[in-house]
Amino acid sequence: MTPAGNVDVSKLPDWAHGPKSVTWWGTLAFCAIEGTGFALAAGGYLFLGFLNQSWPISSPPPDLIWGALTTVTLLASLIPNAWLNRAAHAEDLRRVRLGMVIMSLAGVIALVLRVFEFGALNVKWNQDAYGSTVWVLLGLHATHLVTDLGDTLVLAALMFTRHGHGRRFSDVTDNCFYWNFVVAAWLPLYALIYWAPRLGA
Amino acid sequence: MTRRLQPDRRTLDPAAFSRALASGLARLRVKAAGPTTGPGFWALLAAALGLAAFGGLAARALWAARAGRVERREEWRRLSLSKEPDDGGPGDAALALALGRTWARRPGLIGALSTVDHKVIGLRLVLIAFSFLLLGGCAALVMRLQLAGPSQNIVGADFYNQLFTMHGTTMMFLFAVPVMEAAAVLLVPLVVGARAIAFPRLVAFAQWMLVAGGVLLWGGFALNLGADVGWFSYVPLASLNYSPTKRADLWAQTVTFTELSALAISVSTIVTIFKQRAPGMSLDRVPLFAWAQLVTSFMTVFAMPGVMLASTYLILDRLVGTQFFNPAAGGDALLWQHLFWWFGHPEVYIIFVPATGFVSAIVPVFARRPMFGHTAIVLSLVSIAILAFGLWVHHMFATGLPRLGESFFTASSMAIAIPSGIQIFCWIATIWLGRPVFRTPFLFVLGFIILFVMGGLTGVMVASVPLDLQVHDTYFVVAHFHYVLIGGAVFPLLAAVYYWFPKVTGRMLSERIGRWHFWTAFIGFNVAFFPMHLLGLQGMTRRIYTYPAELGWGPLNLLSSCGAFLFAGSFALMAWNVVVSLRSGEQAGPNPWDADGLEWATSSPPPPYNFLWPPVVQGREPLWASAGRPPAVTGHRTDMREVLITSIADAVPETREPSPDESIWPFVAAVVTTILLTGSIFTPWAVVWGAPPVAVALIAWFWPKGDKEDEQ
Amino acid sequence: MSPRGGATATAVCAVALALTGCSGIQSSTDPHGPVAGAIYGLFIVFMIVAAIVQGGVTIALLLGALRRRRLDARSVLELDPASERRATLVVSALVGLTAATIAGLTLLSFFVGRTDARLAGSQELVVRVTAHQWWWEFTFEDPAPDRQLTTANELHIPVGRPVRLKLLSPDVIHSFWVPALSGKKDLIPGRLNEILVQADKAGVFRGQCAEYCGLQHANMALKIVAEPPAQFDRWFAAQLTPAAEPRGAQATRGREVFLSSGCALCHRIRGTSAAAVFGPDLTHLASRSMLAAGAAPMTPGGLGGWIADPQTVKPGSKMPRVPLSGPELVALVAYLEELK
Repeated sequence: MTPAGNVDVSKLPDWAHGPKSVTWWGTLAFCAIEGTGFALAAGGYLFLGFLNQSWPISSPPPDLIWGALTTVTLLASLIPNAWLNRAAHAEDLRRVRLGMVIMSLAGVIALVLRVFEFGALNVKWNQDAYGSTVWVLLGLHATHLVTDLGDTLVLAALMFTRHGHGRRFSDVTDNCFYWNFVVAAWLPLYALIYWAPRLGA
Repeated sequence: MTRRLQPDRRTLDPAAFSRALASGLARLRVKAAGPTTGPGFWALLAAALGLAAFGGLAARALWAARAGRVERREEWRRLSLSKEPDDGGPGDAALALALGRTWARRPGLIGALSTVDHKVIGLRLVLIAFSFLLLGGCAALVMRLQLAGPSQNIVGADFYNQLFTMHGTTMMFLFAVPVMEAAAVLLVPLVVGARAIAFPRLVAFAQWMLVAGGVLLWGGFALNLGADVGWFSYVPLASLNYSPTKRADLWAQTVTFTELSALAISVSTIVTIFKQRAPGMSLDRVPLFAWAQLVTSFMTVFAMPGVMLASTYLILDRLVGTQFFNPAAGGDALLWQHLFWWFGHPEVYIIFVPATGFVSAIVPVFARRPMFGHTAIVLSLVSIAILAFGLWVHHMFATGLPRLGESFFTASSMAIAIPSGIQIFCWIATIWLGRPVFRTPFLFVLGFIILFVMGGLTGVMVASVPLDLQVHDTYFVVAHFHYVLIGGAVFPLLAAVYYWFPKVTGRMLSERIGRWHFWTAFIGFNVAFFPMHLLGLQGMTRRIYTYPAELGWGPLNLLSSCGAFLFAGSFALMAWNVVVSLRSGEQAGPNPWDADGLEWATSSPPPPYNFLWPPVVQGREPLWASAGRPPAVTGHRTDMREVLITSIADAVPETREPSPDESIWPFVAAVVTTILLTGSIFTPWAVVWGAPPVAVALIAWFWPKGDKEDEQ
Repeated sequence: MSPRGGATATAVCAVALALTGCSGIQSSTDPHGPVAGAIYGLFIVFMIVAAIVQGGVTIALLLGALRRRRLDARSVLELDPASERRATLVVSALVGLTAATIAGLTLLSFFVGRTDARLAGSQELVVRVTAHQWWWEFTFEDPAPDRQLTTANELHIPVGRPVRLKLLSPDVIHSFWVPALSGKKDLIPGRLNEILVQADKAGVFRGQCAEYCGLQHANMALKIVAEPPAQFDRWFAAQLTPAAEPRGAQATRGREVFLSSGCALCHRIRGTSAAAVFGPDLTHLASRSMLAAGAAPMTPGGLGGWIADPQTVKPGSKMPRVPLSGPELVALVAYLEELK
């Protein structure tokens, strides 16, 4: 061993929040992958929209009510999400448990509303290319709601077991981070699905 | 020149939609841009996004390049030791014993299915990829037999069409990309001085997804369900109307499998390079091999979603009747091409950039001097990655796009010659200024430079719209991309095999057989592929199973076929070399080439924990600077698997994170995912009944099982 | 570039061009029209640049690797600042040269790409090209309906006059390519593309579908016959006439076979009751030189073999096998042979 330049890491912590954690970077990478998927799907929507003379092709635009409710729910959920994030940073297990339950409920509500959204699209996926793209856009985001809800439920359950300490708090903050992405990704999709077909009407 | 057909509700004039968006979206678009400038606009946007993503990184790298910055930092000084690391700690032997117990691989079949050791998985991926190379190569040889003379009937049209589709799909999705990923999995943690790869279970999952994809594709072929619509699977030929069997579905789902695998490995690679580098390996000291893998992984992250989306649309069109590609219902055939080539062009660089990483690792070692122009090469890699997203339309010049867009893509396609040129000049300068040692890896590198320059020059030709319109979809293009992909990627890969074989196996490959291997490969390759340039110019189109004698293509085709068999023979020589050397090759020792990289700072093959003493880095060529004994990291726990997390720019240690243990669940998750995805070819309900098992497997995968951290 | 580089370039060019030859009827190196000619000129420029670069790089690489060096005991990390500086200068200069070359070639490509725009004019002949799996349909567009000639796989054009081809496909994507006249252009379902071709010299130019279009992509050839305007006008007039009455009993019997045994369900012969447009128009079949888009020659033998067993001559073709007796087949061939 060359004595000069050795590094002793024994005093370092064994977990951390945010960019100091490997999981956070993994989550960010998956956000990048999924964000690219959303962007390309939205690009496909616009591409087909510009090619067709009328858009929607042969159906009324989607009804607004359910989409608006989902959007409001998602936006409102950002508040408990931020609160949960702070609680996890403070390693306050009681508040984290409460926050996880609230966020699980928010996910369930959003998902139920999403089911009604499909019904309010006023077009079937196989009617024309417009129908296909809106179904896929909405479905793609619904998949994210489902997976994040699953993640949240499992993590919530974990926080009620003996595993609910230490690096689990970091998992909670990563989950909060991912939920922010799910909400942020929805906003442009919402505009595209509900408002783009209405602009010239 | 392109115009939409007048009937079926569509016209050249997008007035209605533009009106519809007049107050909103349309204003965001470039002024006066009709749908005709769409691709150019997209490309600009893509380039801008790419710049934003990579520019920051590159700037950071340059900024971090101020010498000694790392060691002056306060966090660093607090960690620095002045005394011997083993003072009061365990000795080497005791440490090896303890780490050996903690990082031991479980024996038996369950152990093999559960392993998370990146070296085991990486080596498996290499072997899997080479198996597919063998299969894809055999398909190529049968095609060369069929084409060796005019109007031959060795195979029929249907079988031939399956063969070239299988060949292309296999080589791109099951060999070239996976083998480069395999190199990342196998080598990146060693190169950056980490004890394990990030997210090892994800990597374990990825290996099974790749296997599933390959089995699906070739299993289908065995059942006469081999894909037959080309590796690019253009619609409407691939739509239900014109491909009523399940062949196109098997192709599409194979793509989904392999892309899942590629994305998973990319995420692991990025995070390993960002967060698990040895202390002191600031961005300016990151080896070029790791830079190349990092840039490749970024390209994968942004490119692969394109083809996954496209193949999903295709399956939906075929299975549940969506209308994405049906012009009669508002869909469009070119939507497929845009999505496919959004992925398809970066794909070429996803294969080529890691190969340049091999070359940049090998050249300095055999030229016996540090790399000339290290920073220039990093910036070249980054700009190749950005440009790669701005030239997908050069695959679509013949589809009749507007001229403005075409010119943009000509310019960007040609511009990529500049960063590629920078790399070549830097390699030659390094060789010129060094004192070269002619060993087999170096021979393959020299061969690579000559062949790649040739492929690059024909690449400049096909970037030119008028020239491309003549040579597109002819054997000229076939020759071009084989020079780029074989000359530009397989030759470096073979160099890499010779170079890292001793590290992985502990034995050297035979130099004597290696030289024979190189010369048969080099001559065979050129005899096989150079004539194709001429055939293309003479009008021979691609993907034809036969041609009449009157066109005069017979002699050159015969020559090409002979070359193909010679080239195939060179791989037999390599296999022979591997077998002989594994049995009786010279013992390698830790650093047989007197190389500079961290992977040579541990035994050959490395122990499961990679480094007894994880190294600390003090320069770009850590082993040369420290006479083979770099300073070490001390203070890791020995009773549980730990990796050191360091900061992204300066690689200052931040935390010691636990590294996941072996687990059977990634394998189980892969099996149920395979059942779900394969089932979804036949019924959409497979997604519904397949989801719960997948969820269960994933929960079991992530659920902590009595980790040591819980006992504290 | 060194003189040796230049010599290599010339040698490579010479070898390549000698091998490529000038005689192929489907060769892009034997241009017979202004567009193909301009592209070929551009190709030569690119070839010369490529040969110089390839030669230069190869020589520099081999010299760099093999040149004699003084043996010394320098360590791997000891660099000579003077030679590093020189190398930096050389590499920077080469990068600049590369960029300039690239810019020049891009501009040149742009101007060559506009060749066909200069051809466009009022003298254009307009032909609608419809690509089918796996044959070509040509229809001359004309305001007068009785001058809208339809033919298949072989297109005659007048020398010296631009011909605007409107490209359509009802099934999958195909690509129209006649290398001696111009580059290729795809025929895409749901889209309308155009390409301008012009022949400067008389000749027969072969082309074939360049975009993979399924099972018989290999057998989807076409021919363009460029002839002097007067000769073209004669051809056009002759093609407009309905099919000639059969001469002799054999041919008359052949027409009966054609009209009664299923051929007429897909094909049209103007002047008879056969009016279907699913397959190629056969009114002047015998005036063409090939059958089944190049899968068989237009000879009695070729015709007989093709009709007797289309699925062997061109497996997967949409032409079914029609059960005919020997004498029926002979009669049918005799009739079709007369359709000049």
